[in-house]
Amino acid sequence: MANFYTDNPDLKHHLNHPMMRKIVELKERNFTDAEKFDYAPFNFEDAMDNYDRVLEIVGDLCGGIIADNAEGVDHEGPTLKDGRVTYASGTQQNLEACRKAGLMGMAMPRRLGGLNFPITPYIMAADIVSRADTGFENLWGLQDCAETLYEFGDEDQKQRYIPRVCAGETMSMDLTEPDAGSDLQSVMLKATKKDDGTWVLNGVKRFITNGDSDIHLVLARSEEGTRDGRGLSMFIYDKRNGGVNVRRIENKMGIKGSPTCELTYKNAPCELVGDTRMGLIKYVMALMNGARLGIAAQAVGVSEIAYREALAYAKDRKQFGKAIIEFPAVAEMLSIMKAKLDASRSLLYETARFVDVYKVYEDIAKERPLTGEERQEMKLYKKLADALTPIAKGMGSEYCNQNAYDCIQIHGGSGFMKDYACERIYRDARITSIYEGTTQLQVVAAIRHVLSGTYKNLIETYAAEEIKAELLPAKERIAQMAELFFAAAGKVSEIKIQAYTDFMARRLVEMAGNTIMSYLLLSDANRNDSFNRTLHVYLNLAESEVEKHSEFIAKFKPEELEYYKA
Amino acid sequence: MSLNIIVLAKQVPDTRNVGKDAMKEDGTINRAALPAIFNPEDLNALEQALQLKDANPGSTVTVLTMGLPRAAEIVREAMYRGADGGIVLTDRPFGGADTLATSYSLAQAVKKFGNYDIILGGRQAIDGDTAQVGPQIAEKLGIPQVTYAEEILDLSDGHVTVKRRLEHGVEVVKAPLPCVVTVNGTAAECRPRNAQRVMKYKYAASPSEKANLPEDKQALLEARPFLNIKEWNAAFVEADPAQIGLPGSPTKVKAVENVVFTAKENLVLNDDDTAIENLIKDLIANHTIG
Repeated sequence: MANFYTDNPDLKHHLNHPMMRKIVELKERNFTDAEKFDYAPFNFEDAMDNYDRVLEIVGDLCGGIIADNAEGVDHEGPTLKDGRVTYASGTQQNLEACRKAGLMGMAMPRRLGGLNFPITPYIMAADIVSRADTGFENLWGLQDCAETLYEFGDEDQKQRYIPRVCAGETMSMDLTEPDAGSDLQSVMLKATKKDDGTWVLNGVKRFITNGDSDIHLVLARSEEGTRDGRGLSMFIYDKRNGGVNVRRIENKMGIKGSPTCELTYKNAPCELVGDTRMGLIKYVMALMNGARLGIAAQAVGVSEIAYREALAYAKDRKQFGKAIIEFPAVAEMLSIMKAKLDASRSLLYETARFVDVYKVYEDIAKERPLTGEERQEMKLYKKLADALTPIAKGMGSEYCNQNAYDCIQIHGGSGFMKDYACERIYRDARITSIYEGTTQLQVVAAIRHVLSGTYKNLIETYAAEEIKAELLPAKERIAQMAELFFAAAGKVSEIKIQAYTDFMARRLVEMAGNTIMSYLLLSDANRNDSFNRTLHVYLNLAESEVEKHSEFIAKFKPEELEYYKA
Repeated sequence: MSLNIIVLAKQVPDTRNVGKDAMKEDGTINRAALPAIFNPEDLNALEQALQLKDANPGSTVTVLTMGLPRAAEIVREAMYRGADGGIVLTDRPFGGADTLATSYSLAQAVKKFGNYDIILGGRQAIDGDTAQVGPQIAEKLGIPQVTYAEEILDLSDGHVTVKRRLEHGVEVVKAPLPCVVTVNGTAAECRPRNAQRVMKYKYAASPSEKANLPEDKQALLEARPFLNIKEWNAAFVEADPAQIGLPGSPTKVKAVENVVFTAKENLVLNDDDTAIENLIKDLIANHTIG
């Protein structure tokens, strides 16, 4: 039986990144938990060994039960009866196995029943789970919501809800409504404060992943008469109290095991999280960033399985007297798939590390005032995380779709049949570039970092890193790409026409992404020779993309925008 | 009601990976040459034990294994999944034991352990496939035995009710405690390792392992008694030297043969139901399936 962690040495490479020492030492606060909890680590090496061992459990479950159940879950799907959802039998087994293995609430502190894992190893688990069953990753990955409760809930709420999540109860984030998708400011679900000071919810939500969960985080309008985001607050709804029913389960193209629900709230009792009016502008924004990183991880997992399925088939399938992998056209596709996979994975873990640093500082700030230096660092990493998250999600999900497409292509006619996993992978991949903000919205989130120079500063930091001599030519090529990106960004920001900037945004963000991912792969190859091949394949791809965008931007005249109006 | 549960487990060579050097000159298995794993049906037995523990808070599950000192590995594995601790019965004179000597040795260890309510073990180990050790232990201890168990349905009022999976169906039986129950591979699969338990018990060690640990880990074992895996020898369990190991084993292995199945002939079937039915009958008759 395969172990999806140990069979993939790239994961250990990313887990053992030099920056982990800083993250772990901050996260574990000088390892003081070791006196209170018998499963807490004594030092950095001990903590790293813990992550390794727990990821081995994740890899074992994923390579066994979860991967084995994926096809059955896709066929069976969840069912609805009397307003309640029943998961597919395979989903139930998967959840039970994850509960028994203690893999829920991984990033929560020990005092609340969690494993106190940094985001990076948790995201690695998400990457592994997604390779086994992308739809199941949704359900399992909703433990993310506990992070929002931990950040913004009061101590009493943390004590009441988080241990339940760690014990295996599932969560959902009830945001979307029929008329409020990407535009969450339009949320209309009504929260009413009763005379006794408690709140109730009334209205409808749509497209809610795992909508029949045990504990819901709900975005609702608490301020009557308001119409924008400032009238929205966040609430906790506990299924034990009743009042929310599932009206229907959507019939989806992919991730079929994950129930997507329409919910009706009828005087559903709930409790306020944090302050009123902060629901969207503060709490959901934080929740979404975490969720986007989760989707980036999900996308990498899909890229991984798409690549592996394609590779296995190409080695096995013989035509014209030899395995099809021996044909250059197929070999090139596989090399590019691997390069996209590796590039998006390197970006995923870089982003996760940045998130780790600032989140730990935010948490420490609850215990003691940060020093000036620490505050500076927190701000820097928060900005970097905010800048990298939309690229990791946006480009990572596009790459995973491309890999899923190529996976089918390599399977040829067989790939079009329902007999191989690749058609499920293709369907499952499709949502990653849509939910938690479409690729187009990721561009909107990222473009300000192009114009404000966040990416430029980061790229210059990478450029200043020492690299071994044999990689210097590669480094020089990346520096050239960076110059093209800086010049294009300069040109676009000089022409101060909003429609023109919006039009060029995707190209600029991709140029930033191509350059950053190239530097990250350079750093990977510097640490580990096994990344040499992928570095060069990606470099060829990224360079041609950056040059293409550079040419386009250089030649394009703002008056041509007229041709693109619908 | 809290129970004292013993799980008999064996570290076995992974017989899915048998190579040329699988057997030593004397006809016994060359354990050093094969990857060592937790005997699969013993994991099924462990799961039944853990379910009893879940249903009866305060119960303890102790793994008892006989083998080389490195068998402490499977005790740790069991602890990762929910066992409270374990005993490695290890001593050079135990070496080369057949099922008679093994069951005598283990029965002595159980006697030494003392107060127990139920003993669970796998039906058989994949290295010997005898299914004799569990029943022989019951005989030596003079307690009832239930073999081929698939599920423990109930444990109350000093009795255990067990569903047995037999060749032509199932049977439900009730036995007084204490007793030995051997569990089939068709029983519930063992639960996975638990993340918190892995982090908690990863430094668990037997005395012979402890001796090779750095000082800080030795100190940790002293500070945390639950990390100490017991190691018992022949003298400690008061075993009669004539009844253990090679001297206590009337069975002599003549040879171990590595059989490689190769397809020798092809069978072409007509695509009708009769042909399929005849094939199935043949396959059942020659024990390929069923």
